[in-house]
Amino acid sequence: MRDQTAIVGIGTTEFAKQIDRSERRLALEAIQGALVDAGIEPSEVDGLSCYSMESTEEIDIARNLGLGDLTWFSKVAYGGGAGCGVVGQAALAVASGQCSVAIAWRSRKRGGRGTRPWAGVSQRVQGDQQRWTRPYGMLRPVDEIAMLTTRYQHEFGATREHLANVALAARRHANANPAAVMFDRPMTREDYMSARWVSEPLCLFDNCLETDGACAVVITSAERARDLRQPAALIHSWAQSLPQQHQTMTNFFCDDPLRGPSWSCAEKLWSLAEVKPDEVAVAQLYDAFSPLVLLSLEGYGFCERGEAGPFTQDGGIEIGGRLPVNTSGGGMSEAYLHGFNLIVEAVRQVRGTSSNQVPDAEFSLVTSGDGVPTGALLLRSDR
Amino acid sequence: MIEGLLLPGMDEDSEPFFGFTAVQELRVQCCSDCSAARMPPRPMCPHCGSLESIWELLSGSGTIWSYCVPHGPLLPAYSALAPYNLIIVEIPEYPAIRFCGNLVASPNGEINELDPAGIRIGESVQVVFPEAVEGVVLPRWQRLEDGES
Ligand SMILES: [Zn+2]
Repeated sequence: MRDQTAIVGIGTTEFAKQIDRSERRLALEAIQGALVDAGIEPSEVDGLSCYSMESTEEIDIARNLGLGDLTWFSKVAYGGGAGCGVVGQAALAVASGQCSVAIAWRSRKRGGRGTRPWAGVSQRVQGDQQRWTRPYGMLRPVDEIAMLTTRYQHEFGATREHLANVALAARRHANANPAAVMFDRPMTREDYMSARWVSEPLCLFDNCLETDGACAVVITSAERARDLRQPAALIHSWAQSLPQQHQTMTNFFCDDPLRGPSWSCAEKLWSLAEVKPDEVAVAQLYDAFSPLVLLSLEGYGFCERGEAGPFTQDGGIEIGGRLPVNTSGGGMSEAYLHGFNLIVEAVRQVRGTSSNQVPDAEFSLVTSGDGVPTGALLLRSDR
Repeated sequence: MIEGLLLPGMDEDSEPFFGFTAVQELRVQCCSDCSAARMPPRPMCPHCGSLESIWELLSGSGTIWSYCVPHGPLLPAYSALAPYNLIIVEIPEYPAIRFCGNLVASPNGEINELDPAGIRIGESVQVVFPEAVEGVVLPRWQRLEDGES
């Protein structure tokens, strides 16, 4: 299905720490925006794809927007690992003829306290991911990633300077993106180094934002895309990965816990692509936590194992650097919507409309979360 | 909101593990047919498909594979202890099986009583069996030299 489908419309609500409208309302606004952007009527939509964690339902989306007869609808599991699979599966449905125009979306409100999913456990912890860790106090995703980070630093010599490079690159990009939550909030290296700990070795600025908002994209055939309003973002290749013996999140019961699902996802992604990592101009790498960007740089083959820290030095992942990463500000400084805003930004880069545009970006990569069963999309401009 | 510390929920697969820790034994589930060890415990051996398993006694020694130090916000009972240490322990018998736990100064010590700045990857540790609540033992870990003194 290489280059046979395309993202032809993108839509977002505003992003903010707290928005008073419902998740349903936000989803509808983002999807409506994406359809207007594409120049496609709601009645033409016959496919829907979302995260299994999405709280808005297909029937509500379809009944409000006035969608046509849906012939395909599906969901992808594993939270921040799902986004690229949500879009990729919609593209697969279009390519196979199960539908002709599909929408993928994510609407999420978590700005308010009391909505932290990790706090929603019961006293007696069930489930293989949690039973063996939560009672000891490994309560939050950040604690799992902190554990990996200490080991990563030990094995490869990565430092807090390297983690700061990730956070600062995202912030600088956000400072040029008026839609970013952190648009008017510059950050210095000193700000990073003096921030409070969340789970040592990770501090506040190693964590993504907590954001309310919604994003949507419209997917159709590349053939149809050429008659539409916007430059097509062709889906060149895409992949999902649930590696053997993996579990919901960080897996300590395996030979090498630092080798996350990105590695096997990358293998599939590149095997389906005509290009190699060095031909990718820009990447949106899932960044719920800064170390995930380092692990993803290695997993997707942008540098050798253990060399992602040095790769970020001297502006390596900023505009003008070796590989500009998270050019909208990403989850750490634009908005955290389980990675869906990264997909929207990857589209902007091949359209040439990013507020941190990489010149002549032909191939634009976006990934979902490392550590969880994941996915990736490699987009291509239709020039 | 939950007040106390969390406890492992039991099901038919995990209950034996905590049955053994309650009698001060650290054991791992192994396939009866091909001997492969697996964690978390589950019904089927992924190597040979066998549904039969035994629980092999481990030496209880290990080395610290990694650690981290959570700070708040956390559930209230954990916030009260924060910052505390979390460790992942590698065991010599099965390097791919790593237990999450805490480093304590004595078998019934609190998880925040050791200075986390002193924890090092590669330190040798030995399992201890403190009772979390009556009848439920969560294995934790003590430095070898602390255990000998
Ligand atoms: Zn077996």
